[in-house]
This record gives sequence, structure tokens and C-alpha cells, in this order.
Amino acid sequence: MPFGESILIAPPSRQPSVTEPAPVRWLLVSAAAVLLGLFVLVPLAAVFATALRAGLGRYLDAILHPDTRSAIGLTLLTAAIVVPLNALFGIAAAWAIANFRFRGKRLLITLIDLPFSVSPVIAGLALVLVFGRQGWLGGSLDARQIRIVFAVPGVVLATAFVTVPYVAREVLAVLEAQGSEEEAAALTLGASGWQILARVTLPKIRWGLLYGIALCNARAMGEFGAVSVVSGHIRGETITLPLHAQILYDQYDAVGAFAVASLLALLALFTLVTKKYVEWRSRPA
Amino acid sequence: MSIVLESVTKRFTSAGTPAVSDVSLDAPRGGITAVLGPSGAGKSTVLRIVAGLETPDSGQVRIDGEDCARVPVQKRGVGLVFQHYALFRHMTVRENVAFGLSVRRVPRKEIAARVAELLQLVQLEHLADRYPAQLSGGQRQRIAFARALAVRPRVLLLDEPFGALDTAVRRELREWLEQLHAGMGVTTLLVTHDQEEALELAEHVVIMFDGRIAQSGPPGEVYDHPASPVVASFLGGANLLTAPVFSGRADFGPLAVSAPDSARDGELLQVFVRPHDLKLRRVRAKHPGLAVARVERLKRIGGYVRISLALPGGEALTVESPRAEIDELGVVAGEPVLVDLRAARPFTEHAAR
Repeated sequence: MPFGESILIAPPSRQPSVTEPAPVRWLLVSAAAVLLGLFVLVPLAAVFATALRAGLGRYLDAILHPDTRSAIGLTLLTAAIVVPLNALFGIAAAWAIANFRFRGKRLLITLIDLPFSVSPVIAGLALVLVFGRQGWLGGSLDARQIRIVFAVPGVVLATAFVTVPYVAREVLAVLEAQGSEEEAAALTLGASGWQILARVTLPKIRWGLLYGIALCNARAMGEFGAVSVVSGHIRGETITLPLHAQILYDQYDAVGAFAVASLLALLALFTLVTKKYVEWRSRPA
Repeated sequence: MSIVLESVTKRFTSAGTPAVSDVSLDAPRGGITAVLGPSGAGKSTVLRIVAGLETPDSGQVRIDGEDCARVPVQKRGVGLVFQHYALFRHMTVRENVAFGLSVRRVPRKEIAARVAELLQLVQLEHLADRYPAQLSGGQRQRIAFARALAVRPRVLLLDEPFGALDTAVRRELREWLEQLHAGMGVTTLLVTHDQEEALELAEHVVIMFDGRIAQSGPPGEVYDHPASPVVASFLGGANLLTAPVFSGRADFGPLAVSAPDSARDGELLQVFVRPHDLKLRRVRAKHPGLAVARVERLKRIGGYVRISLALPGGEALTVESPRAEIDELGVVAGEPVLVDLRAARPFTEHAAR
């Protein structure tokens, strides 16, 4: 790796390259530390503190409550459908964009990024407009007794939409950084397309893919806006974890709401750990 | 196992100039043919077309007489070596070399034997269990050669194989490649922008500019008889002088160069002369074909000296001479000196593109 080499041979710098006087440095560092604490650590601590305020028993009761369990179930189900789908789509799209010239490539890239630029609420509303009872396809879906909006399929669709970019973006970044020469070499050595995918491309992108999946999963489980619009808030049926936390909070059940929120916070911590792990594994050797 | 291209053209964009335009070449069996040109000349595209990684818009590629139009990359029997090695970074050296055989489902024992044979050939048996990132550039490229050769390719395609290496390693690997090739005799197409590399290694040199072949032939011939001003200025680095033709000759200060018969009066004559073909003499010497010039600068570069001269008409000339010769002549900056322009090679303007 040419870049790695140049990093390695860079002379170790004895003198830090900062020129600011010590008081300024201290001021800037403490400002950053205070902000970090205020916006990240304190809220995180507050979530767990509030959740455990009434004791571990109350905390476990809140988590084991049938409504919470149903919300956990739906959240897991949604992620189990959405994450593999978007992982497959992401790999395919990134592969196509990185390796081929074709008409509409720019459009495809824009479409992949669309969920980043569109408000999730708008995405949810669009689903209602298309699949809702008054929507374009509402009549024909109704006639076949298919319910999408205010039902599980709507939750899945909304989640799928907002989580489209994550895997595609991460994998594309890796593919573009590494080029397609390894694949070209594999081709000349006689490998078939599937052999190249399995033995060259997937190993090459694995850390980027893993991180993309972790991000996609976090967003799939944590999505609120789009899911809120299409869910219809039917207890025990279309309530995901974030919606459940919101409902409990609205009912002044702070302990319950924060107990549910603590699950999502754990998910966030898990994602961060994954990110660190991936960075450590894929650092230049 | 010859490689023949016939009027191959390839465009990447529908508008604009083709990346490769009407290229025909014949890389003879068992030899090294170099495709030489500046970056962006379309050399690598030619190579990728031979490999099957790009499809030509028109024209034909034949490997060993067989038309390759319908032959996919995997079946062409080409070994490709890239500038940046393109080793599989998640595989060990051994797995890299074995890759081509294992995707063909060659029995394990055979693979192990062949890999050992190739690692021995590239003298890197001791690194079999390392990963590419743990090797030096030169070692990586030798592994890339081993990987390409493991499947016994019909032809070997080298895309700037030494381009990413430093000078010493490059020289060493050049010699190594020459020996390797002498031992195997596999037909090789070498793409490079390094003329020294091309002239040293190849039996046949194809010079490309802007997607077209400017000239091809044995290295000595293209060097000594460049077919056009572009080739002349690309090969060897040349001084360019321009003067109008008048009654069959062009005057450069006191020096006259006779123009080719085709040149008519008033046409511009371009004269190319390589820095090391110019001879300097003491001002006292009397000789036709000598011009008086003033020495502007001298720069000693190892064993030779690069001298910048100004002709009376203001044109600049660069001369490169062995240090001993210059010391003996006593050339000093600011002093006049005689230049022998007789090795100059004239081109009339219409010969230029």
C-alpha cells in the first residue's frame, strides 16, 4: 500500500505542530470536553439513570412488559428484513457504480443519497399517499385485502427507504479507494464472476460492509419519523422501539420510556464499538 | 504465440478523440514488444484490449492467429502485470500465486508444486506466508509476475510494471525480467512511458501518441531514424530549431542545414538534434557545419555535463557531453564555443503533425 508506506516513513515529530500558547490550548480542549460531556455523556448517563431510578425490578418490568416485548419483536423483525435487503442492494449498486460505465449512473448515485436529503416524515407521507386507503394504489390493494399502511409492511417499507444509503455508501467508498485492478487480475487468471465476488471483492470490502451493515442496522432499529407516519400506532402490532419510547413518555411513564430508550442507547454503543473495531482491522498494515 | 492487432479503435466517450485510434501492431512470438508513449497516449488501453478487459469498437485482436473477439478474458490465456501490483491483499503470497490454479480447480498437490516452482523462479520462497503489505515494492511485483505466470499464459502483458518502483529497484528488476524472459520465451507486450526501459528490453518498439501509432520498429531504428518531429523530440530529448527554407537550405546563424528535396522555399524547416549528438569544439577550429554559440550555463551531472548554449539568432541549444571532454576543451560560461550541428535531423513543416 503506497499510502501506508509514506505514512510509515514520515519522520516521528518530536515537536507538536501547534504554536498556540498553553492557555489557548487548554481553553480549546476544555471547551471541546465540556461540549462533548454536555451533549453526549450527560444525556447517555441520564438515560440509564432515569431508567434505573425506580430500581432494577421496575426497569426489568418495563422491558419485559408485553407491549415492550412486542415492540422489540417488531423492531428485530424489521431490521431482519431491511438490513439484508439493503446490504444486498448496497453491494450490487456499489459494485455497478465502481466498476461499470452506464447510462444513468449519476442518477443512481443521487437516488441512493435521496434518503439523506429527504425528511423521513416526507418519506412516510409519500408511502401513505401511494399505499394508503385514499392513495394511488389504495383501492386495488384494499380489494385484495392487502394492508400496507398502518401495518407491518408499511413499517418495513418506510425503514427500508430511510436505510438505503448506508451499506451502498460505505462499500462504494472502499471500492473506489481500492480500484478494480484486483478484479481485473482475477479475471485474467481465469476466475468467473461469482468466484471473483466470493474470493476477491467480498474479502476486500468486508470491513466497509460490516460497518455499513452496523450503521444500517442502527438506523433501521432507531428510525422514528418515517415509521411514525405509516405505523398508525397500533399497540402490540405496529409499534417499534422508538415509537414505544415516545408513547410511554407521553403517558408520563418516564421509567418505562427511558428503559426502552436505554435499549436503543445500547444499540448505539454497540454500533460505535463496531466502528472502532472496523477501523482497527482495516487500518493500513 | 504472436499478438496481432488490426486497425483497433476504442472510444470511451461518443464525442471527442478516440482513446485508441486505428492501431495495428504485430508482437512477434517469443519476443518482447514495447508500447512506448507519454501518459494518456492510449498504451494501457491497447493492453487492456488485448487482455479482453476492454472491447474495441472496431478492429481485430488475434492471439496466436486466433480471433479473440468472442473469447472472454478468462479464456484468453493472458498474464497481466499491473503497475501497482494488484495483489490480493487479503491473501498470502502463496495464495496469491495459487489463485489462478485454484479457480481452475487444479488438484491441490499440483498447485502446491507449481507454486513452489514459481516462488523459486522469482526467488521469494522464504516469503510464501507473508501478506502483500509486508513486502517491498520490488518483492510485490515479483510475486505479481509469479501469479501471472502460474497459469502458463500464452502471452504476458505488462502495464508499466516498474513504474511504481524507485530507480535502483527498477534497474534490478529490468535485468531480472530480461533473464526471466530469456529463460521462458513467452511473448510479451510491455507498456511503458520510460524510453530507456523500452529501448533496453524490447526487440520491437511501438511508439504511440494521442491514441495513434507514430512509429514502430527495432529500438535502434526508431531511435536513430525518428519518423516525425514528435517521435524525435520524445525519444532522447531533442533540441528543436526552426528556420525557413531558402533554395534548398535553411540557415541557423552561420550554420546551414540542407533541406530535404520535398521542402519548398518559404516552408519552415525543423531541425532536431539530440543533446548528446552535439559536439563542442574550440573556437579556433575551422569547419563547415560549425556554429558559434555562447555558453550560458554549465551543469555537472555525475559523469557528464549539461551545457546551455545560445546561438547568435537567440535560439537555445542544450548539449550533453562527457565530463572529461568538456574539461579538456576548457568550456567556460560566458565564452563562445563552436557547435557541431552535423548530426542534426531536419523535418519540414508538413512532416510535422
